[in-house]
Amino acid sequence: MARTFDLKDNSVVVIVGSGAGGGTLANELAQKGINVVCLEAGPRLTLADIVNDNDTMFARLSWLDKRIGTGDLNASLPLWVCKTVGGTTVHWAAAALRFQEHEFKGRTTYGDIQGATLLDWPLTLADLAPFYDKAEDKMGVTGTHDIPRLPGNNNYKVMAAGAKRVGYKEFHTGNMAINSQPRDGRPACHQIGFCMEGCAIGAKWSTLYTEIPKAEATGHFELRPNSMALHVNHDANGLVTGVVYADKDGNHHEQKARAVCIAGNSVETPRLLLNSASSKFPDGLANSSGQVGRNFMRHMSGTVYAMMPGRVNFERGTQMAGIIKDEARFDPKRGFAGGYEIETLPGFGLEGLATNLVPGAWGRDYADILEMYDHFAGMWLVGEDLPQAANGVTLHPTEKDQYGLPVPVVHFSDHPNDIAMRNHAHTAGAAIYQSLGAKQVFKLPPFSSTHNMGTCRQSANPRDGVCNSYGQSHDIPNLFISDGSQFTTSGAENPTLTIVALAIRQSGYIADHLNKRE
Amino acid sequence: MQSDGLPRRDFLRTSGITVTALATGGSVIFGHNHAWAVATTTLDPHTTQTLLVMTHDLFPHQRLGEQYYAVVVDMLDKQAASDPATKQLLIEGVTMLDSAHGKSWADLPDGTRVTVLRGVEKTAFFTTVRTKTITGLYGNPAVYKMFGYGGPSAPLGGYINRGFDDIDWLPKT
Ligand SMILES: Cc1cc2nc3c(=O)[nH]c(=O)nc-3n(C[C@H](O)[C@H](O)[C@H](O)COP(=O)(O)OP(=O)(O)OC[C@H]3O[C@@H](n4cnc5c(N)ncnc54)[C@H](O)[C@@H]3O)c2cc1C
Ligand code: SF4
Repeated sequence: MARTFDLKDNSVVVIVGSGAGGGTLANELAQKGINVVCLEAGPRLTLADIVNDNDTMFARLSWLDKRIGTGDLNASLPLWVCKTVGGTTVHWAAAALRFQEHEFKGRTTYGDIQGATLLDWPLTLADLAPFYDKAEDKMGVTGTHDIPRLPGNNNYKVMAAGAKRVGYKEFHTGNMAINSQPRDGRPACHQIGFCMEGCAIGAKWSTLYTEIPKAEATGHFELRPNSMALHVNHDANGLVTGVVYADKDGNHHEQKARAVCIAGNSVETPRLLLNSASSKFPDGLANSSGQVGRNFMRHMSGTVYAMMPGRVNFERGTQMAGIIKDEARFDPKRGFAGGYEIETLPGFGLEGLATNLVPGAWGRDYADILEMYDHFAGMWLVGEDLPQAANGVTLHPTEKDQYGLPVPVVHFSDHPNDIAMRNHAHTAGAAIYQSLGAKQVFKLPPFSSTHNMGTCRQSANPRDGVCNSYGQSHDIPNLFISDGSQFTTSGAENPTLTIVALAIRQSGYIADHLNKRE
Repeated sequence: MQSDGLPRRDFLRTSGITVTALATGGSVIFGHNHAWAVATTTLDPHTTQTLLVMTHDLFPHQRLGEQYYAVVVDMLDKQAASDPATKQLLIEGVTMLDSAHGKSWADLPDGTRVTVLRGVEKTAFFTTVRTKTITGLYGNPAVYKMFGYGGPSAPLGGYINRGFDDIDWLPKT
């Protein structure tokens, strides 16, 4: 059962973060008999803490420590991610998609695009396919492993009817890590409609109630919630030796380690490496390439909401209730590299719709529009964005957070390719609703970034990135990157299935590597 | 309210709302025929009354009684009570509105009031009141249910048996 390890026990692997990457890696290693301590900055909640209220859950789950957004980002909330056991898998909508083959070869497929720092991944779809398989099985992804797809809700039916009218071919209720039938000790979806506020019945996969209790059951795992990693230590040989963290009372401890795996999501992971600078590594750990914190990607995104001729009640049922895949292909004739997915999205309640539909709007006309709340349908557009050297994470020169660490400054500006894709996607999305007689269509810009990638990317050549295809840092053999920061390029697909597949693949490599070293 | 045939300047009189000062410093808003009342603890009657008119002008809905807007004013009053900076912001904001035409803004005709609001859209005062109105009005279960939003659904077993796929107007082809 759940076990505790001594701070001086240097035989453990320390994992920072318990989300998609960290939580999965922890369980995979523990299942192999490797002792793991997971440091998680947030508290441990239970299903009883999940209520159907957007504001309450946002406040309860989100990472609200100070971050500064610049460029096209929201200045005070550049990212929408979680600080809680389970990480952002507590919030996520659970669309679980594989990358397409060409998306692992961005530089080769798209060519040398000005302003972009494109690379091919150091691994192929064929390399990852067996691990995608395992990830889908672990997460119970619908439409894979003979698991039936979920039934479509009203919002999906509107999108599907429009898709048919405009001539799209490939649309369905998606590949979702949400149980369509009881599986793995968790119930089937009750169509509650608050997936992104935490699934109150655990039908949606989250490491909070899958990977973490399973890891605990092995007797090889200790979770330390409310434990914020501050610094990674190393020895004279340049190997990492432990992680200094602050507990819930602010006291500092060092947990010794034989290897350290960082999965804090794409801002905190490079931030921890930068904050761990030493006389041996003055630019931060694993940063001889200068790529730590660079090439931040957040996916091209946008939203279309439409006032339909009849009632929809788009809050009913799974929030990401279906997908159109036709635009995910690579087809430069559309005027941009890469592709995008079209996925349903509801309005987050009347209050959410009022806030987001036309930011800053008020007055009689706007009030009249909001009275039609129950006639609204909605979709989210999500596609590949291009890595750029200047998009990324740096440390604020003077401002500190509550832990005394420099506040992260996150910069992102759209590449012209991102803008061309968003325009195309907004038009295509609007056409779907207009084909059904939509009375009004609203095109919304990106929300705070939910898909965060690339800030410690994989590269074949150590000069171009931070880690190899196993997430092992090029500079320090016992330091691993275990989250979306590893992504060399973003693909069009929601990232989490790929994060989980990479974590499973990494766990085998770490197990082999540790055995060999002893 | 363009079609109700009433003179434009009479929002307060026609709504039947009265606001009374309290000795403790706050005020009480009474609805038409004293059908409902909301007491403020911090904001004076003039500020209270002006904010009530303003929340209504921001998001006017014929089908919503003034009591739903009074809830927003109550929330603003609570925020002012716990945060002196907010109190000052609200009082100064009302003074700013009144200064536009050299008389009480709340007594101006509908269109004129809205024009004055357009002119102050960028101020912190306006943003504070607008944001709070969205939360207090559209986040109020009594209001959102009237507009067709279901609110919390887990306690009711989700929508699996409550119409998640009950749409009936879509074309067959
Ligand atoms: C509303 C929403 C909807 C989404 N929907 C989808 C979807 O449908 N499909 C999809 O694929 N993806 C979706 N995502 C994205 C998905 O949640 C993320 O891709 C995924 O969770 C990232 O995994 P991660 O391991 O990198 O980070 P996270 O899951 O964010 O986990 C990081 C963890 O590390 C902890 N941490 C950070 N720094 C430290 C530190 N210094 N010390 C200790 N702990 C630390 C954090 O508290 C957090 O718990 C969604 C995200 C949001 C917000
Ligand atoms: S719709 Fe399904 S997955 Fe989403 S919260 Fe409800 S039960 Fe959970």
